[in-house]
Amino acid sequence: MAADPIVVVSGLEKTYETGFKALKGIDLAIERGEIFALLGPNGAGKTTLIGIICGLVRPTSGTVTADGHDIVRDYRAARAAIGLVPQELATDTFETVWNTVSFSRGLFGLPADRAEVERVLRELSLWDKKDAKIKTLSGGMKRRVLIAKALAHEPRILFLDEPTAGVDVELRRDMWGIVRRLRERGVTIILTTHYIEEAEEMADRIGVIDKGELILVEEKHRLMRSLGRTRVSVGLREALIAVPPGIDDRLTLSSDGTTLSLVLDGETEDDDDSIAALVKALSARGIDFKTINTTRSSLEEIFIDLVGSRS
Amino acid sequence: MNLQAIRAIYLFEMSRTFRTLLQSIASPVISTALYFIVFGSAIGQHMATIDGVPYGAFIVPGLVMMTLLTQSIANASFGIYLPRFTGTIYELLSAPVSVVEVLAGYVGAAASKSVLLGAIILVTARFFVPFEIVHPVWMVAFLVLIAVTFSLFGFILGLWADGFEKLQIVPLMIVTPLAFLGGTFYSIDMLPGIWRTVSLFNPVVYLVNGFRWSFYGASDVSPGVSFGMTFVFMALCVGVVTWMFRTGYRLRT
Repeated sequence: MAADPIVVVSGLEKTYETGFKALKGIDLAIERGEIFALLGPNGAGKTTLIGIICGLVRPTSGTVTADGHDIVRDYRAARAAIGLVPQELATDTFETVWNTVSFSRGLFGLPADRAEVERVLRELSLWDKKDAKIKTLSGGMKRRVLIAKALAHEPRILFLDEPTAGVDVELRRDMWGIVRRLRERGVTIILTTHYIEEAEEMADRIGVIDKGELILVEEKHRLMRSLGRTRVSVGLREALIAVPPGIDDRLTLSSDGTTLSLVLDGETEDDDDSIAALVKALSARGIDFKTINTTRSSLEEIFIDLVGSRS
Repeated sequence: MNLQAIRAIYLFEMSRTFRTLLQSIASPVISTALYFIVFGSAIGQHMATIDGVPYGAFIVPGLVMMTLLTQSIANASFGIYLPRFTGTIYELLSAPVSVVEVLAGYVGAAASKSVLLGAIILVTARFFVPFEIVHPVWMVAFLVLIAVTFSLFGFILGLWADGFEKLQIVPLMIVTPLAFLGGTFYSIDMLPGIWRTVSLFNPVVYLVNGFRWSFYGASDVSPGVSFGMTFVFMALCVGVVTWMFRTGYRLRT
């Protein structure tokens, strides 16, 4: 892992005036160029965390640096490095796409550059709509406008807060494509989502936040390997009365006797070997079967296990 | 200092003005023209001169001032309230800007629009009543200073308001009475003793008088005091806005 993280969060706490502790001491380092997905149930603190890093929320204690700049002491440099796409579709409804994106560029301190604004609009398939008023656009298009605004000042870090909430499947896939292209250009992307499919599809690393605490940060593949399970189901030609002994202690038989199941914890087993051994053992004992199904647990199941076990 | 941000905010706000040209400029001009027809031309002909100035001409500075006050407050308060209401304020809060850029952009645009309106109204007034301007440089100075001061006040109002009702009620319940009782249509010397003294606590009196002095060289209070009072009020507004940004009042949780 790179030794030079682009965002460093240390001991970050946030207590709202109501007394609600939204963040309870978060420590997190985001690597340069990665796609980091922050998962968590509603109210876990995802948006508060992003809000603090981007300057919308004041931290109670702790520090954050973005691209090496402290977000409080050196807020100008820190914020210039960051682009934020908020969760709400908050747009200047009466403005044109071109004006609102140009405005964002200026606001973040960059001189007007028609070519750069054009490039951003084309990248997001908004070029045809550049003179359209935002209120005439569909929800998906408005989401693109928000991304274009966030990219207009060429940020090195992009925060996407629930980028595909309320977006249809096709647009969601488009959005994923956009995010991947940005990563190829070297932009670090931090997204929050509660569509676990999204994190599974895109993220390099995953952080799970729950009740204001970061309960886990792990590479996606390692996470799915270490916490994932593989379930093997063997459909038998003839029903058995009991689990055949001597094959595997973890084998279970369905109540009708026609399906043998084996659940493998990825952490301790070499899955493929176990499946092969099971098949060989069944053949050796003359137990005939018609189907073998293996299913790996999804990130969603892992997530539900993780968060569910805490509540 | 982020000069690009000032430019971006200023141009964005000005384009909002020109997009809503009719309500931004035409409506105040029409309502002021009505004042001139009724008070200046119709009633004014039956009124005595005040300090040697015909009544129609006497009310010109007061009417310009009244428009300047209400429009500055309305523009600036709406300019900052709108992004708070729609949620687009997130961008301003996450941008590399300080209170200086935000004020220069938003208040600068609101004040520019008010000064433009004031100029249009002066020109309109010239069609109804003849008047001269004795101290044109001071006239412009007062115009700009007051536009800036009340845009600042409007900006505070727009930050403080948490609904469209509050946005309307302060101009309606506080500013309009102060403007009417601030000697817009009369000289406060015309008031009986106690009410004249009470009037001196109305800040609008100083604005209207300073402005009127720049037109006709005569006023109820000295122009130096008028200018000083306007500055004090402006400094007060800058102080309040800076405090709001420093503490995140109604902006950052």
